[in-house]
Amino acid sequence: MKNAFRQAFPQTIPVLTGYLSLGIAFGILLQSAGYGPLWAFGMSLLIYAGSAQFLCVELLAAGAALSHVALLTFLLNFRHFFYGLSMITRYRNTGRRKWYLIFGLTDETYALLTATKVPEGVDKKDFYTAVTFMNHCYWILGSVTGAAVGSFLPFDTTGIDFSMTALFAVLVVEQWKAHSDHLPAMLGFGITILSLMIFGADNFLIPALLVLSTILLCLRKNSDNPGKEDVLQ
Amino acid sequence: MTFIFHAVCIILIMAAVTALIRFLPFFLFDKGSEPPAWVKYLGSVLPPAVMSMLLVYCIRFVNLTSGNHGIPEISCIITAVLLHLWKRNTLLSIAVSTILYMILVQGIFA
Repeated sequence: MKNAFRQAFPQTIPVLTGYLSLGIAFGILLQSAGYGPLWAFGMSLLIYAGSAQFLCVELLAAGAALSHVALLTFLLNFRHFFYGLSMITRYRNTGRRKWYLIFGLTDETYALLTATKVPEGVDKKDFYTAVTFMNHCYWILGSVTGAAVGSFLPFDTTGIDFSMTALFAVLVVEQWKAHSDHLPAMLGFGITILSLMIFGADNFLIPALLVLSTILLCLRKNSDNPGKEDVLQ
Repeated sequence: MTFIFHAVCIILIMAAVTALIRFLPFFLFDKGSEPPAWVKYLGSVLPPAVMSMLLVYCIRFVNLTSGNHGIPEISCIITAVLLHLWKRNTLLSIAVSTILYMILVQGIFA
């Protein structure tokens, strides 16, 4: 297990920088709404979903109805359903840790685990646990730091949240290199941009995901190897 | 006190719904000896598609027709991609493009 953490740590560094900076941004926002480090800790420990937590600050400030919170969270995080679908095979035989692995399946953890090979000599279960746990810690650390000291930072942090965008740009490149078939990646761009133009910035994610999954499933009939094992097991 | 109670409820509801979404595919499909073939197929084709989607999601508020026309975002994404194709060092790609972005939005396009 110790070896798994040592081997997994370098792989998680991009998430470390991304989560620390985005977590600090979230913490600053939360603190400006009147909720301190303890709130940041609780939210990041229990919710552990970046974009939803940013939304949560608005909902807290507005004292939103609980039904409203449930619906918005569902719409915003529904994409995670599809992440889970594609992790079922990978998470086979992970025992009781599977509960934590599934709980901690964020955008970035999913991206990292699907784009990274389990290092030689490390148990798959240990590697997944190490990556998930470290990412969770980074997120908690970042948000608590932001809520505690964020407003006293000595330099202008405007634009630091771009590190998240940069992370996804890098992961697009990694996925591009890992797969010989580039159609899914290109469909991902095309359909998402189309959906963004049709539905606007607040509502485009769910239609994009539904259309994308449907088209990919239809293409499966023409694929020469439907249901093949994952390239990066 | 009721104010704090309501805030705690909002957080717990958000946590529960998020966890439910994450567990749902496992409750539905993670049984028997093998998941259905279409699930395994999605597992191999969804990651590249979703990564492209999330990159677009990150820049969803960029307006190409007004303001700075998305020049900082697009130029810094191109920087990250080219640098990554060249060196394939994740941290370097992210650090350089993010610092460049901060310089652009704080200085040149401020």
